Amino acid sequence: MDVIALGWWQLALAALLVVALAGCTAIARLGMGKSLIIAATRTIIQLALVGLVLEALFASARLHWVALMALAMLLIAGREVTARQQRRLLNGWTFGIGTVAMFLSSFTVTVLTLTLIIGPEPWYRPQYAIPLLGMMLGNTMTGVALALDRLTDTAWRQRAVIENRLMLGEPWQLAVGDIRREAMRSGLMPMINAMAAAGVVSLPGMMTGQILAGTSPALAVKYQILVMFTITLGTGFGTLAAVAAGSRRLFDDRQRLRLDRLSRPRG
Amino acid sequence: MVGYPSLSLVRVGVGTLIEASLDIAPGEIHCLTGPSGSGKSRLLRAVADLEPHAGEVWLGDIAQSSLPAHAWRGRVMLVPAESQWWAERVGEHMLRPSDTDLEALGFTPEVLDWQVARLSSGEKQRLALLRAVWREPATLLLDEPTANLDDATTRRVETWLIQRIRDRGWPVIWVAHDPDQIARVAQRHWRIAGSELIEVTAWM
Repeated sequence: MDVIALGWWQLALAALLVVALAGCTAIARLGMGKSLIIAATRTIIQLALVGLVLEALFASARLHWVALMALAMLLIAGREVTARQQRRLLNGWTFGIGTVAMFLSSFTVTVLTLTLIIGPEPWYRPQYAIPLLGMMLGNTMTGVALALDRLTDTAWRQRAVIENRLMLGEPWQLAVGDIRREAMRSGLMPMINAMAAAGVVSLPGMMTGQILAGTSPALAVKYQILVMFTITLGTGFGTLAAVAAGSRRLFDDRQRLRLDRLSRPRG
Repeated sequence: MVGYPSLSLVRVGVGTLIEASLDIAPGEIHCLTGPSGSGKSRLLRAVADLEPHAGEVWLGDIAQSSLPAHAWRGRVMLVPAESQWWAERVGEHMLRPSDTDLEALGFTPEVLDWQVARLSSGEKQRLALLRAVWREPATLLLDEPTANLDDATTRRVETWLIQRIRDRGWPVIWVAHDPDQIARVAQRHWRIAGSELIEVTAWM
């Protein structure tokens, strides 16, 4: 079965409805009109560009182009993690920790999935590698950003408690233990919720896409399970690495709490 | 007292204070005073190695920098003016302190089941002292240990602390405001004046 082609005028119809929604919120003075239009415009431009890039990438299918694309995605994800922090670690540490954590987890799990489980020929075939990596990075990014934000924000709020525990002779890992657990939890919760609700409350996007594209539901389900598990692995290990490195960075070599390493919250 | 370590500050510098040197013999209490903002608490934090600082602190022949920081703080224990409690109940912060200690501070053993959120500031302060002492450090740094207590309780806590300090041979730095208290507890009395420590003699 082939996918029914979508014409530009059909998209324009949907776009028109978004404009109508923006118009309605503007008339009702709900103040969302502008951000709706801006976000919708960004969607059009970004996805159109990505479409062009992917067309070119799929046509060439060379390893170094795939690697370059992956690197660009990683750096953008790192920037996004940094942008989502109330209090960043200064001197680029948030970007560094976030990017390295995502690289270690997302890339390792993606490459393992491609070579050991799915096994396309060649293993880096962009039709498989890029969407898989994209889903991994997108979710790992959310987990890492939430966990780091929770970690630094809670450490800031509870600095007196952490220091009092240090005064009683506790090692830093113990003094910050509760906060690390909380950070880990907020990083992993979205993925755990998604797995628990999959198929019952929501039909996952990738499965929906595959079914629309004519794949049998049974196969689409298998792919979806695989993707959910790999995303969980990527998010979990990424968050784990980010929380470990981030909490270490809150203390110096004499185990002193160093909140001067955090930026002021953005106002 | 032989066999117990003394506490020595050698040219410790932190904040506006430069080259503070002190020698505290085992079992001796040195009181520290100074206007607010003069750096009393910061000096204690430096001695406990919670703040970057210049100079070296010695506990007997052990240098601060030669021990892992948490091991140092386990021995040189700072009790801050305002204590923090992270668990639900008092007893989760210290396992079975002795009944005599609890009684000396005006508590019954049931206090261990109390919720931390219900404690008054005075109760917190006394329990924070007990929590520090219960960990059996080698010296105490006390930051206004009786600030939230009434006169009778202050006397009670002083007696208990002095008894314990003598028994264990701990060298102690005690930040205080009240001249009467200083006269009661201190062997020596230092005042922070600008960038240095000046000894206050008894007849002044």
